[in-house]
Amino acid sequence: MTELADQEGRRGALPPLFGRILRLAVQLAVTLFGLLFVTFLIGRVVPIDPVLAAVGDRASASTYHKVYIELGLDKPIWEQFLIYADHVLHGDLGKSVLTGRPVLDDIASVFPATLELSTFAILIGTCIGVPAGVWAAVRQGKLVDQLVRVLGLVGYSAPIFWLGLLGLLFFYADLGWVGGPGRIGIAYQFDVTRITGLMLVDTALEGQWDAFWNAFSHIVLPGSLLGYYSMAYISRMTRSFMLAELGQEYIITARVKGVSEWRIVWGHALRNAAVPLVTVIALSYGYLLQGAVLTETIFAWPGIGMYLTNSLGSADMNAVLGATLVIGATFVMLNLLADLLYTLLDPRVRRGQ
Amino acid sequence: MSALLDVEDLRVSFPSRSGPVEAVRGVSFTLGRERLGIVGESGSGKSQTGRAILGLTPPPGRTEARRLTFDGKDLRHASAAEWRAIRGKRISMVMQDPKFSLNPVMTVGRQLMEAAARGTAARDARAQALAMLEAVQIREPERVFRAYPHELSGGMGQRAMIAMMLITEPDLLIADEPTSALDVTVQIEVLRILDRLVRERGMGLIFISHDLRLVSSFCDRVLVMYAGKVVEELRASELTKARHPYTQGLFNCLPRIEGDRRPLPVLERDADWAR
Amino acid sequence: MMSGAFSREWLLTDAPASRGQARAGQAYRSWLALKSNRLAMVGLCIIAALVLMAIFADVLAPYDPITGHLNTERLLPPSWKHLLGTDDLGRDIWSRIVYGSRLTLMVVTLVAVIATPVGLLVGTISGYFGGFVDTVLMRITDIFLAFPQLVLALAFVSALGPGIENAIIAISITSWPPYARLARAETLTIRNADFIAATQLQGASSLRIIWGHVVPLCLSSVVIRVTLDMAGIILVAAGLGFLGLGAQPPQPEWGAMIAEGRQFIIDHWWVATMPGIAIFLVALGFNFLGDGLRDVLDPRAQK
Repeated sequence: MTELADQEGRRGALPPLFGRILRLAVQLAVTLFGLLFVTFLIGRVVPIDPVLAAVGDRASASTYHKVYIELGLDKPIWEQFLIYADHVLHGDLGKSVLTGRPVLDDIASVFPATLELSTFAILIGTCIGVPAGVWAAVRQGKLVDQLVRVLGLVGYSAPIFWLGLLGLLFFYADLGWVGGPGRIGIAYQFDVTRITGLMLVDTALEGQWDAFWNAFSHIVLPGSLLGYYSMAYISRMTRSFMLAELGQEYIITARVKGVSEWRIVWGHALRNAAVPLVTVIALSYGYLLQGAVLTETIFAWPGIGMYLTNSLGSADMNAVLGATLVIGATFVMLNLLADLLYTLLDPRVRRGQ
Repeated sequence: MSALLDVEDLRVSFPSRSGPVEAVRGVSFTLGRERLGIVGESGSGKSQTGRAILGLTPPPGRTEARRLTFDGKDLRHASAAEWRAIRGKRISMVMQDPKFSLNPVMTVGRQLMEAAARGTAARDARAQALAMLEAVQIREPERVFRAYPHELSGGMGQRAMIAMMLITEPDLLIADEPTSALDVTVQIEVLRILDRLVRERGMGLIFISHDLRLVSSFCDRVLVMYAGKVVEELRASELTKARHPYTQGLFNCLPRIEGDRRPLPVLERDADWAR
Repeated sequence: MMSGAFSREWLLTDAPASRGQARAGQAYRSWLALKSNRLAMVGLCIIAALVLMAIFADVLAPYDPITGHLNTERLLPPSWKHLLGTDDLGRDIWSRIVYGSRLTLMVVTLVAVIATPVGLLVGTISGYFGGFVDTVLMRITDIFLAFPQLVLALAFVSALGPGIENAIIAISITSWPPYARLARAETLTIRNADFIAATQLQGASSLRIIWGHVVPLCLSSVVIRVTLDMAGIILVAAGLGFLGLGAQPPQPEWGAMIAEGRQFIIDHWWVATMPGIAIFLVALGFNFLGDGLRDVLDPRAQK
């Protein structure tokens, strides 16, 4: 990253920050276009006949032909791609066979659920993972370090859908500590006014505290599970970044100055480790989208993951590709955000070399 | 003159697969408010000696000594709190390369203020920091104060480093190759600043370097280290009278303008010296 | 000479007499370091057990994994007769897990065999030629990296149709980009080395240089990276199986077995729990081993 800034600084044509943003924007556009191309290609390999899917198998030959032309299937493949890209850029992801609504509308209505779940998870993952990683690095090779390492590796190894099932069995069915599947109990389901689409926020805004706690009891298990996964990753990365920083000369300088150990760890080392850590957190936020696909299925959480798997089950290709595209685009945006934050946090990039 | 620092039989060892390896093997010296040079090639243990005095041997290394006292205090069993009271306030250290020894994400000013004695009000600390930057002959102290380390040149960075280390007016300054990473033209300037401040404030100085001539022109006394041991101790003015073949070798390695230097002398080594 | 070969002294000597000896000594030292890592050894044992299980499945499994006794042995809890209980079709779960190890090993091996060469080739070509070729190939790599792996694999399988072969293809398609990145980085460090220039002067073709000189040098780090990814591959495969997109019934694929047991989870917990433990243990084994390998082979991470 610093190398990039270095080169740009030397070229001297643009101020480094501006040049960087421009470069990121171009990269973003190319990547998004690539995403489109991939989903288009996947759509083309499907053995399902798109015309039949649209008209049903009882349609006459002339209707079939009409739709065939309408869908642009007689045109060369690159033109079909351009048409597809044009549609997507205008917000048209096609119609879902399953729900009969435009895919984009469907996704817009389910996306907040996923957003709420993964935000809950990333907060847990960061708030526990970062201190755990810092602690492990400071006490490198000691018991705490081993413990954090093993907990992380366990998190890397357990299939999330399996843990989810066991969690439901144990905490919901046996102990009754948490709410069951879904986002909120049936009793409250129709009371909540949709403002942001985030249950916890909406209920809090309306002052419906009963509903809030009910929603909380539903999110706590899937959210903590996903949070555990991102914690495994974040703590591990924090540990290795911290070890790298703690071995730097400026740490010795701080010690020579008589700065307290606490300040050295949390003020000096972590402040430096935070720069790459932001990327890691943004990345694991993106990976939560992947974890959400499986978790939502287990917890009947009406988010984009469940939408995707439901559509898969009924071979609803428009919906599948639309959801894939949206997840991919979100992932790319998160990466971009991480890059920008990186810029803000690192004075070497921000103010140029 | 009572001794400021008294070191006897200092040993620093690092564990390795084939048993501990000693980087410093029984170094002894005493230091008053004078300027002591420690010279040796890389790996001779001179830097580890400097760090051991500050209790900064990097783990898993271990420091042992028969005696290690600073101003009457035994440093061998100092607690973390006692170390913090000594480091920075009484002993401080200038390191080799400001590119690595300054925290890259903190402004120079904040790092200076952090070095100021604890309990100093922020405004006083700031004033002290600016005064100190001026003392190291930085022309625009305000600008440097607000700058991040990467925005400074090597010479500027090292001056800021010196300012940071002298802000509490310590009794002893350890300078570990303070100019090796700098351009030759800047070296002399930085050295002159260091020299003046040390003289004015009457501090003790341990000057660690691989450059024998530089050390001899700058210090009162010189320790020559080889393979973790002090092989010779001499007055800087009597360098030409060095008896140990290693010191002579170091001295003869230096290029001279006059005279033919062919064949180029090569530093001789003898396993006996390391015994 | 032969009497001294492969002895401890011969391997650990500071002055190896041949390249082969040096290499063997290096490998032996890595092995010693790895051996002292307890977690890595646990991991290695788990993986060895998995391989043995797959080889001797016929001996280890007391019952047929595909057909069960529907009338008499449905959903029996674990007992001496059925160590891990039976499922809703009266099949012995232990036997199914034992045979399922073959599927797991097959997936991991095939993905490694398909994705490694692709990543290696794309990465080395990209790094060696640089310029336009590099830009294009790396853009493509980035695009693949822009999807979370499972999601892209889902999309591919949904297009190709469910089934274990398609799952393997989908996982492979989504696995190679990190290897390409790694191979490219390695290539960049050796591209300007003198021995490459010497080979060029001798008139070797680019293809020959890449294949004969660059690929072998990148191979080891890519292979290590693939080993580190094994656990992830197993989890993605299990996830696909769980969603019904991987191995199809009645194949005893562990992820699919969890999905089958899901509807009985409240009253018959063992049906879904047992295959989950199997996945967990195997993934843990690969993770433990990978973690140990990383410690041994990455000098920066060493204590």
